[in-house]
Amino acid sequence: MMRRWSWAWLIAVPLLALAAWGIADNARLFFATLLNGLTLAALYFLVASGFTLVFGLLRNVNLAHGSIYLIGAYVGWVVGDYTSSWFLAVAAGFLFAALLGLVLQIGVFRFMPGQDLRQTMATIALSIVAADVALWIWGGEIYQFDPPGWIIGAMPLPIVGKFPTYRLVLLATAIVIGFGLWWFLVRTRVGMMIRAGVDDRAMLSASGVDVQKLFAITFAIGAGLAGFAGVVGGTALSIAPGEDTRYLLASLVVVIVGGMGSVTGAALGAVLVGVAEQFGMAYAPTYGIMFTFVIMALVLAFRPQGILGRRT
Amino acid sequence: MSAAQWRKAMNFSATSRHWAGGRVVPPPAGRAATPASTPPAINGQRLWRHIGARHVVVLAAVLLYPWIVPPFFTFQIGGQALALGLIALSLTFLAGYGGMLSLAQMTVAGIAGYVVAILGESGTPQISLGWPWWLVVLFAIAAGTASATFIGWLSVRTEGIYTIMITLAIGVAFFYLAQQNYEIFNGFQGFQKVVPPVVLGVDWRSPVPYYYLVLFWALCGYFFVKYLIRAPFGVALQGVRDNARRMSALGFSPVAHRVAAYAVAGVIASIGGVLLVWYNGLISPGSVGTGWLINILIIAVLGGLRHPVGPFIGAVVFVLLQNFAIDLVDRERFNLVIGLIFLVIVLFSPDGLLGWWAWLRERAGRRLARSAVGGKDWRSVGVQQARPAGRS
Repeated sequence: MMRRWSWAWLIAVPLLALAAWGIADNARLFFATLLNGLTLAALYFLVASGFTLVFGLLRNVNLAHGSIYLIGAYVGWVVGDYTSSWFLAVAAGFLFAALLGLVLQIGVFRFMPGQDLRQTMATIALSIVAADVALWIWGGEIYQFDPPGWIIGAMPLPIVGKFPTYRLVLLATAIVIGFGLWWFLVRTRVGMMIRAGVDDRAMLSASGVDVQKLFAITFAIGAGLAGFAGVVGGTALSIAPGEDTRYLLASLVVVIVGGMGSVTGAALGAVLVGVAEQFGMAYAPTYGIMFTFVIMALVLAFRPQGILGRRT
Repeated sequence: MSAAQWRKAMNFSATSRHWAGGRVVPPPAGRAATPASTPPAINGQRLWRHIGARHVVVLAAVLLYPWIVPPFFTFQIGGQALALGLIALSLTFLAGYGGMLSLAQMTVAGIAGYVVAILGESGTPQISLGWPWWLVVLFAIAAGTASATFIGWLSVRTEGIYTIMITLAIGVAFFYLAQQNYEIFNGFQGFQKVVPPVVLGVDWRSPVPYYYLVLFWALCGYFFVKYLIRAPFGVALQGVRDNARRMSALGFSPVAHRVAAYAVAGVIASIGGVLLVWYNGLISPGSVGTGWLINILIIAVLGGLRHPVGPFIGAVVFVLLQNFAIDLVDRERFNLVIGLIFLVIVLFSPDGLLGWWAWLRERAGRRLARSAVGGKDWRSVGVQQARPAGRS
């Protein structure tokens, strides 16, 4: 066991040295970047956890996940604009995306069980259609949410100075959702079924569980999380065409790094990718994306199934 | 080892090759039932016997095409379709014969295109080095192939459905790199005025010479792939696609074959990329964006992954749609149309237009056993394709 992780020092020591240099050089920049990275990681976790949940159970690489994120955000914006309540917008984003996921699973993917390549290509086709429909309805403008006043101010913090309150709220939300998901998967009956299905679908089905219903529930939760992240993330940044690709890439890299089908892995991957991206942006602006890519390449080279993934 | 894995490993019954998505497809009738692993004897005499009337007709048609139609059709339709078809051909080779659906083929082509712009001449002299064209092309193809090999090496470490994710992630990462980086890739703008050289007194940018240039390379790529899938390497690759465990038990290295397949596909995609950048006259992050990564997939699947002619058919249909869908629907709704067509193809005809063609032939060809087509089944593509030299 010790030998398996001994190589980790090869990575950890230079990283710690770099971090020490960063703190000595400009502590404020370092910690602000770290905090930004963690809040971005929170957002990535919200998007990727749904993706990985769906993959783990359904073996469906849902490449329309980014589109669900974007459409959830748009619908949330419309509701928020109409009712001028940000919380209703969040709920609407979640519910609409969950409904969308339900329709996709019941209407499309149920008819091609076991053909994961075909399902994936169908999701690609759907994502093209969804992106174009969204562009048709909402145009190319950039939309911004109008969250309640107490959320959008700045909060004084040690070392970093002022930090947007909303990002801290986002971080807290992701942690709460993460624990909620963990509780759901570990403590509830449906969660147990989902975990059993991840391990052996045929056996679960043989023991009398209505697998189709379980698939539909999982898909709805996964898509709903994407829609939820759409509104929550759209508030932190903004919503515009092209965001779907960005969050699809984020989910892909997060689950490749963390391990497919593992929610804990998604959290770990999100932290790695989010922090790496922010440090890249702060310290090497035009090569920022390379940090993400290098992490992915390293993980694939040394642990193809992802850090917490299991070989299937 | 669990019982299921054991069964999988000891997958020895003859019909198991036709196992497809949870139901057993009866073995194809007649000639298709010959074992996949027989390498065909290709000698001169045999080769000529395989040339049928339709080959002559198609060849004559593509050669005479620029003399019949206006320059717009020669360049915008013919030239573009062949260049895109060549890139999609690399995907057909990888996916149809290697079982690896890579979304990064346009990235490989785009890297070759960027190298052409960076080392050669462009409208951005601060970055472009202005090397002679032949050196530039050599370097472009070498860089494209090297990156394809690297992508392959990364993605073959995992199997099946992971490939599509990893290659998509790599492709999108390259898009963001090209967009954010101004020192090498010139950021959002990219490079303009990347034109083919004037060689032998011919301006290769004008429609007819460009068309013949692309046609030459498209034919080269087509025949190269056709040759390769019957060569020992190609047969072994198809074996790896159908059952990697069994191939490795026979002493073949699945990883080496897969990486080599990526390298070969990289050469094809790089040539296509150089031709495409000359066609467009520019390269920018938009040329390697998600849209185009997926368009290459659409072209390959639209045509059909069963046969190397598929991507060219797909490309012609795609380019025609791109140019004339505007007349049918709203101006900006091309993506909607192509997305819906792709969805229909994926849902109802996984073998693409070639699948429909085979289905029609089947219907016409009296009551030949219906099971021989298997056109309704995605996974049986491989089984059909593994047929040795019989019909070409």
